[in-house]
Amino acid sequence: MRRIASIASLLALAAFALLGGCGKPQFGDAEKKTIASLALNTLPSLKVDTTNQYADVPAAAALGSTLFFDAGMSRDGTVSCSTCHKIDRQFQDDLPQAVGVGHTNRRTMPLAGVARNPWFFWDGRRDSLWAQALTPLENPLEQAGNRAAFAHYIKKRFGERYERIFGPLPDLSSAPANATPLGSDAEKAAWNAMPTGRQDDVNRVFANIGKAIAAFERSIEPQQTRFDRFAIDLATGAKPEGNAAFSPEEVLGLKLFIGKANCVTCHNGPRFTDNSFHNTGVPPVDGLPPDRGRVDAVAQVGADPFNCLGKFRDGDESACRELRFMVKDGPQITRAYKTPSLRGAADRPPYMHAGQFSTLDEVVAHYSKAPPSVEGVSEVHPLHLSERERAALVAFLKTLSE
Amino acid sequence: MASTWRYILAGLGLAALLVGIVAAIYLTLPQSAPGPDLSRSKKTANGLFVASFEPERGVVRQGELQSWLLTLKTAAGAPVEGAAITVSGGMPRHDHGLPTSPQATDYLGQGRYRIDGVKFTMSGWWQLHFGISAAAGSDTVVFNIVL
Repeated sequence: MRRIASIASLLALAAFALLGGCGKPQFGDAEKKTIASLALNTLPSLKVDTTNQYADVPAAAALGSTLFFDAGMSRDGTVSCSTCHKIDRQFQDDLPQAVGVGHTNRRTMPLAGVARNPWFFWDGRRDSLWAQALTPLENPLEQAGNRAAFAHYIKKRFGERYERIFGPLPDLSSAPANATPLGSDAEKAAWNAMPTGRQDDVNRVFANIGKAIAAFERSIEPQQTRFDRFAIDLATGAKPEGNAAFSPEEVLGLKLFIGKANCVTCHNGPRFTDNSFHNTGVPPVDGLPPDRGRVDAVAQVGADPFNCLGKFRDGDESACRELRFMVKDGPQITRAYKTPSLRGAADRPPYMHAGQFSTLDEVVAHYSKAPPSVEGVSEVHPLHLSERERAALVAFLKTLSE
Repeated sequence: MASTWRYILAGLGLAALLVGIVAAIYLTLPQSAPGPDLSRSKKTANGLFVASFEPERGVVRQGELQSWLLTLKTAAGAPVEGAAITVSGGMPRHDHGLPTSPQATDYLGQGRYRIDGVKFTMSGWWQLHFGISAAAGSDTVVFNIVL
């Protein structure tokens, strides 16, 4: 009996030794470091935007908020920024492609943390939040207005509020009712007939509209989620309580996200985005115009008179390094689109730049399969994830929405 | 019979000890896979220059546009002036280039050139390739940076 007992105890000792080698803690040190880098508490405070001297002026943000929700800021008085950027829907519209005055070819982007972007739109065709805000105002498929009409509208409806922030409005009595260099032939002709000084006056009012809207949008920031509570507890060694605790499936999903599935390569930092552009082989949508992503946006942002190097920027040119050092060509920017933040993504299908996928399962299946791109070269490679692994990734992504 | 048991017991004990030691070594060893050459100062490919590459503010931050300093000296140690510098690079394991187009923007004297617009958007192994043309001739150098 004693011998059997000694053998048993030795076997138990061997088992303990084995456990010492194989029984891993939930996350290794490198994993913990990566998880900590994704938590919202590592998000730095919002930097001053020197290109917009009104960015942090409360009265400008208040006027911007009024303009954001004002359907009068459109050709036919029916569309505002908030038509697509719905306040109760994470400032997006749940549609595969946005619908303003017409049907666009791109998915509306949510706005949480938008002021932290170096580039705007899915393809980065604008380089500041205020220059971005101007673009839908004149896009014939979105708000379909024109800058001369907007200047007149501001003077009529918000003249006093405008002047308290931006100083005296220019004399617009000789400016045409409708004129823009981007509109219909009649609007273009009216624009071209204006003296340069008058064009500059209208452009200045137009730029200030963008600066006010941007000042408002700076207040829209991401909110803490279950993942953040879990990550903080993991970093401090506290035991996650309540819904901050992750299920084994969510833990597996997080491990895959930062490991084998390589998601964190691009979806990094506390906003889960590298703010860059990638071709990931997302298929085009039948019936939409050709869309080559970043490669076509480079010329557009370069030609935009409201870009950082243009005369409507406040502050000095040192703020323009993103534009100055942008990649202008090469195969890597063909059909490349901006890495979207994943915060709140589980609650806002459909996905991708034209709403190509209706569920997160489809998104994860796409990355697992990694089909080649129709044009350019996809940066992603097949992951061969099992059904269980794909479900775990989706379970983890949901923790960024709860 | 008794001695056979003793041998088995001793064998099991030794095996347990061995497993424990191996496990302890495995757990304490640093994860040191042989990686790329990370030196920040090196001879250029054909030995024409000695190049050093350092972040201007000392630290590398992921996701931020940063300026770096490329310092060029001749093999004899004299600063290289008036060099024309081209910059390219990317991530060898991801088959993609740099997310920005860094340029040599300023000459700061003593062979020091400011390389502005450097941005590393993700962790991993990055490479920066420099083409250098100066009075002594043309040469290239590659620096590896792992985040």
